[in-house]
Amino acid sequence: MSHTVPHHDVPVPAGDGSAVPDPPDGTPSGAAPGPSRDALSGYGSAVPDVPDGIPGPLASARRHGPAPDAPYDVLLVGGGIIGLSVAWRAARRGLRVAVVDPAPAGGASHAAAGMLAPVSEVTYTEEPLLRLGLASLARWPAFAAELAADSGHDLDYRAEGTLDVAFGADDLAALDELAAFMGKLGLPFERLTGRECRRLEPMLAPAVRGGLLAPGDAWVDPRRVTRALLSALERLDVTMIHARAAGLEHSGEAVTGVRLAPGSPASGPASGSPGADPAGRVVPARRVILAAGAWSGVLEGLPPRALPPVRPVKGQIMRLRSPEPILRRCVRGVVHGSSVYLVPRGDGELVVGATQEELGFDTRVTAGGLWELLRDARELVPGVTELEVADVVAGLRPGTPDNLPLVGPASPPGLSMATGHHRGGVLLAPLTAALLVDEAGDDEGLAALCSPLRFQEQR
Amino acid sequence: MDDDLIIGGEKFSSRLIMGTGGAPSLEVLDQALVASGTELTTVAMRRLDPSARGSVLDVLRTRGIKVLPNTAGCFTAGEAVLTARLAREALETNWVKLEVISDERTLLPDPIETFDAAERLVADGFVVLPYIGDDPALARRLEQAGCAAVMPLGAPIGSGLGIRNPHNIELIVEAAGVPVILDAGIGTASDAALAMELGCDAVLLATAVTRAQRPDMMAEAMRSAVRAGRLARLAGRIPRRRYAEASSPMNP
Repeated sequence: MSHTVPHHDVPVPAGDGSAVPDPPDGTPSGAAPGPSRDALSGYGSAVPDVPDGIPGPLASARRHGPAPDAPYDVLLVGGGIIGLSVAWRAARRGLRVAVVDPAPAGGASHAAAGMLAPVSEVTYTEEPLLRLGLASLARWPAFAAELAADSGHDLDYRAEGTLDVAFGADDLAALDELAAFMGKLGLPFERLTGRECRRLEPMLAPAVRGGLLAPGDAWVDPRRVTRALLSALERLDVTMIHARAAGLEHSGEAVTGVRLAPGSPASGPASGSPGADPAGRVVPARRVILAAGAWSGVLEGLPPRALPPVRPVKGQIMRLRSPEPILRRCVRGVVHGSSVYLVPRGDGELVVGATQEELGFDTRVTAGGLWELLRDARELVPGVTELEVADVVAGLRPGTPDNLPLVGPASPPGLSMATGHHRGGVLLAPLTAALLVDEAGDDEGLAALCSPLRFQEQR
Repeated sequence: MDDDLIIGGEKFSSRLIMGTGGAPSLEVLDQALVASGTELTTVAMRRLDPSARGSVLDVLRTRGIKVLPNTAGCFTAGEAVLTARLAREALETNWVKLEVISDERTLLPDPIETFDAAERLVADGFVVLPYIGDDPALARRLEQAGCAAVMPLGAPIGSGLGIRNPHNIELIVEAAGVPVILDAGIGTASDAALAMELGCDAVLLATAVTRAQRPDMMAEAMRSAVRAGRLARLAGRIPRRRYAEASSPMNP
């Protein structure tokens, strides 16, 4: 899925090089081979080399905006739900913002189901993640309302809770253990009998033995959210650069911008200008925020110890469709030890997810993955087999060693991170944006929990 | 005390073999592995790309723990042999924990497919450690077929039910000329100690640690239990008696 913002058809500020300081001696270790390397002695010289360079003022320049070659205040590498959310909050505060992504709103954000369910997903050893999740869940209503107002889009945000159901005696015992853990943590939940579960959700299989309702959990349609964010960014004159970031640029130790990959797709057909090809150019910025999801660990130009320890965790997910919604709220279940969830949308879409596989950057949809999802979904809600299959997709979650995200200033200076959100990118988007952009005080010490420096210090 | 475990000619000072399934995060897994003191750890190969950065394999490499690839999730000898070969190619190890499951409900091992695969893998030069039911006859046949160890279950995988048939485990131990590794069913530390008291050479467990409320603490408990059970076995337990026998003389 590719989104083009027509008014930002000239994606890269023209530069004569003065805005970009000379690089440190030598070539950055990760610099791409090939023609762009020739330009490393003077970054600016690469720009006029591009045929039909960038004429005139930026189409996106604001009435009283800075010179077009001035560095951006904030440059997001990655236009998934995290990058777009940070860009939106930053632009709302009047900062000059750009987003680099060959296909914004793609990746894991396009695959995600959008559960905002920190309570029903609580796990032993993961109380810190719970704290982040609860703090971000509390921010979601205002985030959704403001985004809906800024974009004019409906996000299908709903807050009717998650119902976690059990079938066999073993699964029921596991549910009781979970309930005890929730109780110990002081989380709100209701323990329901099987019949009570079916009164709430009549399409549940009759064999359901019991359930836990987490009434505070919510959900949202991530595809609507990213569409809304793109609309809001367009209204706020954020520059969308439809290119792949190849590496970071430095001045001394500090990060000063992002080098775009040669051969990247141009900014899109709406631009109609061959000169819009941004390949190999450098986009200068005062602050670069790495929000490239599962790809955050492979960007060039960072010393190995500064690379975020992010790995792709594959998830296969299906979207089914019925004329009417068959569930009212999110339903999760463990079927003979295997976990599945169903997320209903207002328009009759039902999301069934998701596998967790450690297969590198593999995004193939497999027969076994879909079969497991359908097998388990059918145990929970037998009627799912009557639905139309609307979409199957595999996304890559950005996993970290401790399952906590990396949000905040990193090393080297000039670089911040907003990545590693693993299964919680949609849930944690408002908190991530707030930690990076908003002035709101962090009374709860959440920033320390997800500081990227926690890994750099270890190494 | 010098009391090494020797499998396939290789020495291990730890008799606790860990599995990696079920850990909430790699960091928690790492802490648990360190606390367990393990030197050999199984990794399921079917949904893992060994070349991917930052996976569980990196954790094991960093800690210097030998990887024991397993064929979890295979239902036929054919799949298991294929999985073992892919693992050998990717990890450059000819060791394999052979696991061929008969059904998803119980995850009990299929003895016929397991034996079939074991014969083919041994012929292909693998060091084969087969996961089996607590069947002394099958254990003996697999040893005769050239397996480097046998791994009878205590109870179904992930059940935490302990050792359901200690008598059969003793029979397997008595007859075995290769290491006997109690695999699956361990719920808590006393189960692991019992396995060693029964004469097993090692214990393999995963869920009991990875799904515990404090995985690192449970891993340490298992490490101690395995060591305690081993020492008790070597020390020799006293015979059971029907009536009391005073430990100090009653009538001087």
